Formats: sequence, C-alpha cells, structure tokens
Amino acid sequence: MNELAEAIPYLGQRNPRAARALVILIALGAPLIAALFGRTWVRVLDFALLYMMLALGLNLVVGFAGLLDLGYIAFYAVGAYTWAFLASPHFAEAFPAVAAGLGAADGLHLPFWIVLPAGAALAALAGIILGFPVLRLRGDYLAIVTLGFGEIVRIFMVNLNYPINITNGPQGINLLDSMNLFGWDLARSLRLGDFKIDSLYLYYYFFLLCVVGSILFIQRLQISRVGRAWAAMRDDELAAKAIGINVRNMKLLAFSLGATFGGVAGGLFGAFQGFVSPESFSLMESIAVLVMVVFGGMGNIAGAVVGALILTALPEILRHIALPVQEALFGQVVLDPEVLRMLLLSLAMILMMLLRPSGLIPAHARYSRPEFVAAQEARA
Amino acid sequence: MITLLEARGISKHFGGLTALDDVSLTINKGEVYGLIGPNGAGKTTFFNVLTGAYVPDAGEFVFDGTELPTGKPHRVVAEGIARTFQNIRLFRDMTALENVMAGHHIRTRASVWGILTQNRHTREEERLTTERAFELLRYVGIERFARTVSKNLSYGDQRRLEIARALATEPRLLALDEPAAGMNATETGQLRVLIEQIRHDGTTVLLIEHDVKLVMGLCDRLAVLDFGRKIAEDVPAAVQKNEAVIEAYLGGGKHAD
Repeated sequence: MNELAEAIPYLGQRNPRAARALVILIALGAPLIAALFGRTWVRVLDFALLYMMLALGLNLVVGFAGLLDLGYIAFYAVGAYTWAFLASPHFAEAFPAVAAGLGAADGLHLPFWIVLPAGAALAALAGIILGFPVLRLRGDYLAIVTLGFGEIVRIFMVNLNYPINITNGPQGINLLDSMNLFGWDLARSLRLGDFKIDSLYLYYYFFLLCVVGSILFIQRLQISRVGRAWAAMRDDELAAKAIGINVRNMKLLAFSLGATFGGVAGGLFGAFQGFVSPESFSLMESIAVLVMVVFGGMGNIAGAVVGALILTALPEILRHIALPVQEALFGQVVLDPEVLRMLLLSLAMILMMLLRPSGLIPAHARYSRPEFVAAQEARA
Repeated sequence: MITLLEARGISKHFGGLTALDDVSLTINKGEVYGLIGPNGAGKTTFFNVLTGAYVPDAGEFVFDGTELPTGKPHRVVAEGIARTFQNIRLFRDMTALENVMAGHHIRTRASVWGILTQNRHTREEERLTTERAFELLRYVGIERFARTVSKNLSYGDQRRLEIARALATEPRLLALDEPAAGMNATETGQLRVLIEQIRHDGTTVLLIEHDVKLVMGLCDRLAVLDFGRKIAEDVPAAVQKNEAVIEAYLGGGKHAD
C-alpha cells in the first residue's frame, strides 16, 4: 500500500498522504469508471484482481525467495478444481451411489469457508510436493522441473476422468457454485430499494478485500525473520546457511505459502467463472503471471500489483482498439488482434529488459521495521 | 584450560586429492587460535568441514562436550559456531542493519502465524532483533552505515559487517577466514583491536590468516597445516622456530640438494 503510493510519480514522493488517498480512491472507484465503458470492463478488473493475487503469490516465490517457478499456475488449478469438486453438481454425476448415500443427490455444495481453505491447503500441499524434489536445484534447472510440474498437473486434469471421474477430463466441470458469503450470493445483484448493485461489483469488492489481505500478509512476511531469511537465501545461499538459516525449510515454506495464494485465487476464479477446464491452466498462463511479476518489478509488492493490472487490462484495450484502428488506416484488418497482442507483449518485454531491467517499479525492499530503526537511531 | 573444540582425526578427500589428512587439534575456551599454512594447505577446507558445508570422510568434532552434526550448517550454527568467508559474502541488497538482523535468525522463534497476526511476542522479538543488530554495528564500529545497502560499503567495512553478522548468531566460537585479506595496515590494526575485544568479551576465535605479523601478535596458539596434514601446534614463538614449519613455508634444504 505504502509502496504503491510511493510508486506514483511525482505525488508519491512529495505528498505521501495524498498519494495513499489516491490509491484508495482508485481501488474503490475503478469499477465505477470502468462501467462507463461497459460491463466487460468491470469483468476485466475482476480478473485483474485475481491475477494480482497470483502475481503476489508468485512474487513471494520468485521475487522474495529467488526460486524461479514456471509451473505456478498448477496451484491455481488445484484451487479451482477443489472448488469445482466440492461445490458443484459434478460429484453427484461422477459418484451417484456415494452422493445418494451422503444425501447429496444434487452434488456437493459445501460453503466457501470450507472449500476455499481446502483448496488453499491442497495447493500448499502441492507446493511442498513440488518443493521436495527441487530443493537442490537452482536457476535454469529449477525452472525446467517446475515447468514440468505445471504440465503434469494440467495433464492430470485432462486425464483424471477415468477410471474415476474426478476432473471430468478435457470438458471441465460446469455449473460451479458462486461465492456465497453466509447466505449472501455474490452472483446475484444486490437490491437496495430501487438501487441495484451488479454482481460484477460485488465480486470486485470481494476480490479487492482478498488482495488487500494478501498484501498485508505479504508485507508482514517480508519484514520478519522469514522475509530476511528468504532474501538472504536469494542473495547468497552459502552465506545464508553459514548464519544458520535452514535453507530446506525456508524453500519449502516459500513454495507452500506461494502456492497457498495460488490456491485461494484458483478457488475464487472457479466461483467467479462458474466453470473450470484444463485450458485455463496452460503453460502460457504460468508465463503470463511470471511476466506480470517481472514486468512490474521482482521482489516488490507494488510491482506485482501494477504488473498484473497493466498486463490484464492492456490486451483487452488492444482488442477493442486494434480492429477499428486497422480498418480506419488500411481499410481492412491486416493483423488479427490475438497475433498483435503477442507481438506487442513481446515487444514490451524486450523494451522493458533494455530500458528498465528491474521492472516498472524497481524493488527497494525493506526488511526491517522503520519505526524500530528510527527508535534505535534516536538513542544513539 | 577448558577445551571448547576438539577435532579428532578429520580427513577429507576430493577425488584423488587429500585436502585434510587425519587432522586433530584442540581449541581452548577464551583463546585466539590461529590456523596457518601455505596456499592450498587445507585451511578453508577445515573451516568448511567444521561448519558443516562439507561432510568429512573420517573424524569428528566435539564442541563443548557434544559431537557436532556433520553436513548440517544450520545445526552447527545453532550449537554456537559462526564463520566469515575469505571472499566476503554479504547479502548485497540488504542494508548493513538488515544483514545483521538476518544473522539473528537462528536465535528467534516467530512463526508464520505470529508474523501474520503480529502478536506481542513477534513484535517484541522484532524490536529486540533491531536493537541487538544496532548494538553489534556499534560494536564493530559501523553503526553510521546502518541504513546503507551493504554492497555500497567500503571493503574494510564489509569485512566488519560480516563479523557483526556472524556475531549476531551468538556464537561461542567465531571462525574468521582471512579477515585481514586486502586490508591496509591501518585497517589491519583496527581489526586486531576488534578481535582482541571479541576475545575479551568471552568469544573464542579461530583465525585463518596469512598476515604473519597479525597472527603472531594476536594468537595464543597456532596450528600449521601443510598438504592437509598438521605439522605443528604450539604457541607462536615455538611455531616460528619449528623446522617443519620453516621447511613448509620456505622450501626445505632436502629438496634443494
């Protein structure tokens, strides 16, 4: 939050309080502005928030602990499929006998406060399962193994419809329950008298709450013995061992905590989308989240947030601009927007690496509490 | 004399190369113990085996009455042995203060849950860690650089910071690997004062050093390694006169014939 405010050009340095107010204002007002351009844009913002959670979680692994993970989307998949399995009619279709026995003939529909933690826990477990074999690997080798892990999970999702139908294979699982907060269904528009609040707004503010919570948690982690241990391990693993950091445990912690964020985001995605299929969890998605982290600035909370926002919104904006502009200029569509998107994204990455190699918002991370440091300096 | 560390028959081979050959030595509580020898004699390998970075092929270390775990650096640090490196290894992107705070890791307990909720214990521990890190920076004389990112410190100050970071682990034995390497005479003089202070404050020091003046002036006892074998262990004055040592350093008359 403070990092975000500081990152605002000009204002952030001169008037931090105004900058903070601006961040809050934008966060709260964004969907209202987006709505002026149509409902799709609110939906884009909802997705941007989900990607923020993913980027924040991946940033924990890649940016803080220095472990390059190319299979991060697998944890997102675990979270989403947990939601799909525990909160949809699928269970009754796949296991009619068991479902009938349990008195759940229309499938399992567990409440979110069971399903979401279950998804997070399973994702954390998956993080540890991934973590153990790769403890000794670093850099490129680690990247390759994590990439393989991501693909394995996706292929499991595609093929686990036989002999027991758990994931319903390539078709995916349909009709997922929406987010129901103790009887308040976010998928239904809220009516206050004559005034109607659209479901997309409800999801937006709910996701915003989750992102703010994640940021708070991650900030606290960074300025703690754990955050310092991660940074130490990332900067110099041998020296980290020499001051007594249990590198194995710290790596596993990074993998499992990072995965937890992925799992929660996955659950939210399932509830929001109402439908999951293996297509949503391809390698390209892992890369996209990684690009968000790198683009925004690795090891940096504000970077992950801004990176996710820009890289979710830009392609959508492009999609809406590319066709009319091309038609106006050439009288026909020369480049398909999808092709153009990849082209511009790659170009943006290359320029970024040349001009600002440490990202839009370069990390100058803190690992100590400013107020404690100031107190000590005052004593001296 | 109370023995703090006893090395018993430590051997370490790398392929066909014998880096350490049946090295035994004892370090007493409260002394500065020097480990010298020509380049490639196995001094740093000894450090690496002692601190758990390598697993010895034979032998064991007894530290204050208990056998040290091998190949588990964090357990060795927990037992109370800290080290510095020949080529400085700081956490580049952290400030001087944060480097020392990181060094305190093993003596702190806050869990992820405590960090998430910022309960009283976690906050208090964090405050104490900050306070302790400041004290250590003051102790080695670089507190004015507390907020400086460590990669921007001068060479001598980086050495000091590394010592402060090692001290943050609250060691009973501090192992310094060539702390005076690359220092000028003034800096070496200051380093000597610092090491004497550390000993005075009750921490035993194990010192690898090439600077003969520093070693002879500072150490209570010395061991000399040559081709992985211990060829002498005595007080500095006696080591200086030891024939095997002179031969190792200057080349023996036998070979010249």
